[in-house]
Amino acid sequence: MVEMNGSQALWTSLKKEGTKHIFGLPGGSVIPLCDEMLNHDLRFILARHEQGAAHMADGYARASGNVGVCLATSGPGATNLVTGIASANIDSSPVVAICGQVARELIGTDAFQEVDIIGVSASVTKYNIQARSAAEVPYAVKSAFHIANTGRRGAVLIDLPKDVTTEKMDVEFPETISFRGYRPVYEPDRREVEWAATLLARANKPVIIAGGGIISSGASSELVALSEYLMAPTATSLMGKGAFPADHPLSLGLCGMHGTYAANTMVPEADVLLIVGARLSDRTTGAISSFAPNAKIIHVDIDRSEIDKNVETVTRVVGDAKNSLQKILRHLNILRSNTATNEYWRKKCQELREVNGVSKTNGDYLKAPEVIKTLRRVLPRDSIVTTEVGQCQMWAALHYDAYLPRSFMTSGGLGTMGWGFPASIGAKTARPEAPVVDIAGDGSFGMTENNLATSVKEHLPVIVLILNNGMLGMVAQWQRLFYNHRYSAVKLERTPDFVKLAEAYGAEGVRVESYKDLETTLNRAIKSDVATVIDVPIDPEENVLPIVPPGMGLKDALMEA
Amino acid sequence: MANQNIIAFLVEDKPGVLFNISNMFRRRGFNINSISVGGAEDHVSRITITIEAEGRALNQVVEQLDKMVDVIEVKRLDQLRTVVRELMLVKLRTVDPMAREEALIHINSYHGLILDIEPESVIAEVTGEPEKLDNFLEQVKSIGVEEMSRTGITALERGRLKLKRSE
Ligand SMILES: Cc1ncc(C[n+]2csc(CCOP(=O)(O)OP(=O)(O)O)c2C)c(N)n1
Ligand SMILES: [Mg+2]
Repeated sequence: MVEMNGSQALWTSLKKEGTKHIFGLPGGSVIPLCDEMLNHDLRFILARHEQGAAHMADGYARASGNVGVCLATSGPGATNLVTGIASANIDSSPVVAICGQVARELIGTDAFQEVDIIGVSASVTKYNIQARSAAEVPYAVKSAFHIANTGRRGAVLIDLPKDVTTEKMDVEFPETISFRGYRPVYEPDRREVEWAATLLARANKPVIIAGGGIISSGASSELVALSEYLMAPTATSLMGKGAFPADHPLSLGLCGMHGTYAANTMVPEADVLLIVGARLSDRTTGAISSFAPNAKIIHVDIDRSEIDKNVETVTRVVGDAKNSLQKILRHLNILRSNTATNEYWRKKCQELREVNGVSKTNGDYLKAPEVIKTLRRVLPRDSIVTTEVGQCQMWAALHYDAYLPRSFMTSGGLGTMGWGFPASIGAKTARPEAPVVDIAGDGSFGMTENNLATSVKEHLPVIVLILNNGMLGMVAQWQRLFYNHRYSAVKLERTPDFVKLAEAYGAEGVRVESYKDLETTLNRAIKSDVATVIDVPIDPEENVLPIVPPGMGLKDALMEA
Repeated sequence: MANQNIIAFLVEDKPGVLFNISNMFRRRGFNINSISVGGAEDHVSRITITIEAEGRALNQVVEQLDKMVDVIEVKRLDQLRTVVRELMLVKLRTVDPMAREEALIHINSYHGLILDIEPESVIAEVTGEPEKLDNFLEQVKSIGVEEMSRTGITALERGRLKLKRSE
């Protein structure tokens, strides 16, 4: 037991959890916290909007695999975090959000800057906790980190009333914590493993879909080993991008609405489909009835509630991806199946990989897929790419080859415009030695571009590559393809001059109109001490293809438009 | 109770837990027909719900509950091996002595208790399976039901079955 106030208890607890960076923006209810922070060895990265702070913490978490922490004041500060918390949580990214709150005796009185953030955040967090005394603070922090960073990871919010941060009490710091109702299962059941292995051993046309679970459990090498053992072509969900090396001969690329021709053809033809650490959202499956109609589906996930939620399975393996894949492989070895002989299936995978979607384009704009491929050529293998949302995101998902886990990060579940840029700053904080690039749209970048100030001030030089079509492009694409080309509310028209905008923030701004210039600019930007915004004008009417029309099956993708 | 399923679960008895549970039901679009909550030992509350759902949907209710940090134990109760009770209070209009006579007969035949008698009304307590309460209501409808309140069902499994896994 030591006597200290709630603020001291908070920072001491965070330190014990290994936190070195906090992203945030202060206000009245957290002034005592910020004052006490000066006595602790922590780096505070000042965002210019709390949404940005939450995305930074999220990007930090995804790049490092450690919990990202953000801080906001009560009321509007806390509500500004909500989009960021929701984006992290749905993508199972471990984030702890600390919110100030009005003093305890004011709670419930509609006091100045009082928002019931526990109520507000309930649907978009894995858990939330209000610390009701200084002595509860270390328990709140321990619980938050434990829950955020175990099982299926997620976002946890801590609500801290102002007087809790100033009251002095005897506090103790728990070494561990446990909850009667929370016991994540890491070890799969032996019978489940054996049955899954048996089905896989009997497969003639096996396919694997790998999701973000592979990345969070660090199971990439097990995935590659299993895929090679079975000669199973392997696709990924959007969240799984990077889980399986894109240059592997068995890589199918992305599966789903904007999936590759190879993935969207082979998944529906599989006789056994192994899904690992993916939750099979509508964007990944297309119409369920034609998703994998002839396949025996095996689903491996640490979150039991995901299994049989959207797609009916034949068998399940509940457990951590790494453990589960290891055990499945071991059992396959015991069965000594000679599955690795299906030449035809493997060849088909390679042939289909050559097929790409083709968009009509006008003028001599740079083509978005080529821009992305140029970026890939220039960037070192272990660079990090984040994306905004829209066509830019899907071009990135289709054409940026990710070779390593945690090298491609995107707001998959929520599709949050404005996510990529602050997330790239968070990623750069976690891995300052790696080049970090946000593949952006002009619309999305506008949502959080103010974080350029943070990037410059905090010396976190990232690169923003804007595919500038002057449009809310993805919405425009839907209007072209599915609404008779009637544009409604999608023309941005007066976007700022991004070169001048960057310069106004003290960053570099460059407009690029040839692939060669793009290469030179990127090479310079990688070495720059400040952020570089690269503005690449593209055809406003270029489409991302393939696209599975809404409500249709994976095989119904449009290849040309 | 034909297509009603019963789920019983134990939760941490602390502020906000009931909110989180009903919030989850709302968010996932689960339609709960009845819910009853009561304290148990060791800072635990026991909640019993009935829900009209089957197959994968019903499974999801159990899984989503199980996933919640403050839910300690969840179980779908097999109706053939479960005793089910609900309690109902009914206020009947008994201005007419004939009506009162009739009310007392019905209450008696349902093994009900009379909790209050006023010149113009009586309050009866009836306990039983929900169908029994429905039938009682049907019987006394013509007398005139002023007001009634039902608790929602509570349930326990028979014999050695129980909700809490032994550890
Ligand atoms: C916060 C938010 N608001 C609205 C949307 C809906 N939306 C999806 S894509 C898109 C257009 C994005 O435009 P831009 O960033 O320029 O990317 P582009 O599609 O043009 O590449 C919109 C508005 C969203 N995903 N997120
Ligand atoms: Mg755009």
